[in-house]
Amino acid sequence: MSDVQDLSRSSQSNAKMAKITFVEHDGTKHAVEGEVGSTVMETALRNQIGGIVAECGGACTCATCLVHVDEAWSEKVGKPSAEEEDMLDFAFEVKPTSRLSCQIKVTEALDGLIVHTPAYQGR
Amino acid sequence: MSDTIKTDVLIIGAGPIGLFAVFELGLLDIKAHLVDILDKVGGQCAELYPEKPIYDIPAVPFITGHGLVEALMQQIKPFNPTFHLGEMVTTLEKIGDPLFRVTTDRGKVFETKAVAIAAGGGSFQPKRPPIPGIEPYEGKSVHYAVRKMDAFRDKRLLIVGGGDSALDWTLNLQPIAKRVTLVHRRDEFRGAPDSVNKMRALVAAGSMDLKIGQVSGLEGGDGQLTAASIKGNDGAVARVEIDAMLPFFGLTMKLGPVADWGLTLEDELIPVDTGTFETTVPGLFAIGDINTYPGKLKLILSGFHEAALMAQKVYHYVYPDKRLVFQYTTSSTSLQKKLGVA
Ligand SMILES: Cc1cc2nc3c(=O)[nH]c(=O)nc-3n(C[C@H](O)[C@H](O)[C@H](O)COP(=O)(O)OP(=O)(O)OC[C@H]3O[C@@H](n4cnc5c(N)ncnc54)[C@H](O)[C@@H]3O)c2cc1C
Ligand code: FES
Repeated sequence: MSDVQDLSRSSQSNAKMAKITFVEHDGTKHAVEGEVGSTVMETALRNQIGGIVAECGGACTCATCLVHVDEAWSEKVGKPSAEEEDMLDFAFEVKPTSRLSCQIKVTEALDGLIVHTPAYQGR
Repeated sequence: MSDTIKTDVLIIGAGPIGLFAVFELGLLDIKAHLVDILDKVGGQCAELYPEKPIYDIPAVPFITGHGLVEALMQQIKPFNPTFHLGEMVTTLEKIGDPLFRVTTDRGKVFETKAVAIAAGGGSFQPKRPPIPGIEPYEGKSVHYAVRKMDAFRDKRLLIVGGGDSALDWTLNLQPIAKRVTLVHRRDEFRGAPDSVNKMRALVAAGSMDLKIGQVSGLEGGDGQLTAASIKGNDGAVARVEIDAMLPFFGLTMKLGPVADWGLTLEDELIPVDTGTFETTVPGLFAIGDINTYPGKLKLILSGFHEAALMAQKVYHYVYPDKRLVFQYTTSSTSLQKKLGVA
């Protein structure tokens, strides 16, 4: 059900980019470029980051795109909305800094963002 | 109860595509029965996103998931399909040319000339929490559904979750269980406010326990749980002695029995011919999210088209001696009679 096919629609040339580092459960780091205006989940899928499933394609209805935002970035990224909080109930090992990555928009202010992907997504 | 049910077509899955197939088949005088594991119709639209908007249904600029399902039910009403909800199709066997015998987990047996697999992303099944070492307890003292309440009489229960299922079972089982402990990750509940209030009243009266945190470990042996550890949001771990655990983390789609029907799958999808949406087995069709072909898009729009083309081929199996004449609903009085408008 993940809508990978859909993602190509939004890639434009000379879009503004922000650096995002995904740290997998086993410590593997991936430093990639995320397009400003897209989401952290989309950035993960485009770069084949392990640990992000995104079954619902970003509709905030599956909770399989969980990330733990790095402590240093948690405040900048901000808190989940009420709808996202409800969805977080379906995720596992939720931490105070956990977010659904499809609900985090890549902005210039998030250039350098570090997020950690979990060992499992709730499936 | 295993009187064989005879029908022209059995549709496996009552998602939007299975529902629309009833319409396309009905226009051609083909009767359908539908089976779905959910207790409601509408598949993903009803279960995953009833309140969310859909913007890409042709000529319908905006409709919610729930609205789409309602509209489809209205559209297929003239054809009076029979629904078998809360049942999973488990076996499918070819017994004729074409004729199929299909059975469900509730013991129903269908004999049908054609089968439309409209199983979407698969059957909805409860999410399993990745708690280390949970597997040996599953089905023995960890349960994802309550079949018989009496199985939990005088037991110490740990119920996990914050939605309606967790709250409803907390309220239903609290009077018969020895002790109920409800665990939820935060002190806010998605469930109906009335249920939340009732639960809080029971906690205030000392009749049950509420713990805020997440299950981090299990103890027991031979499938029988004896205790669970609950990690609070402050990191402190509490131990609760229990006889059974009921986690309610919502539903996810798993392919399920479709994998056992002898079809060659590609990435858990059923390859079909794009002129008829038939599989390699004559009379066995696959439409909607479950199928695959070059250029496939998992869209409702595409599934509707697939259902229309499938119906044409099914007609030849159901009425082998008749010739099919192409007609428009706008101008054909015979179609309009079937729709109850002429
Ligand atoms: C959040 C979200 C947003 C979406 N937005 C759009 C959109 O805007 N536009 C769009 O076109 N599409 C959208 N989609 C996709 C769309 O919902 C699907 O394409 C559509 O639901 C597919 O319909 P279906 O009938 O093939 O399958 P489903 O809706 O998946 O239904 C299949 C049904 O089959 C049942 N089933 C499976 N196996 C068995 C079995 N063995 N026995 C009994 N029952 C069984 C299941 O329980 C299920 O109810 C979205 C999907 C999601 C999750
Ligand atoms: S992709 Fe489904 S909730 Fe984020």
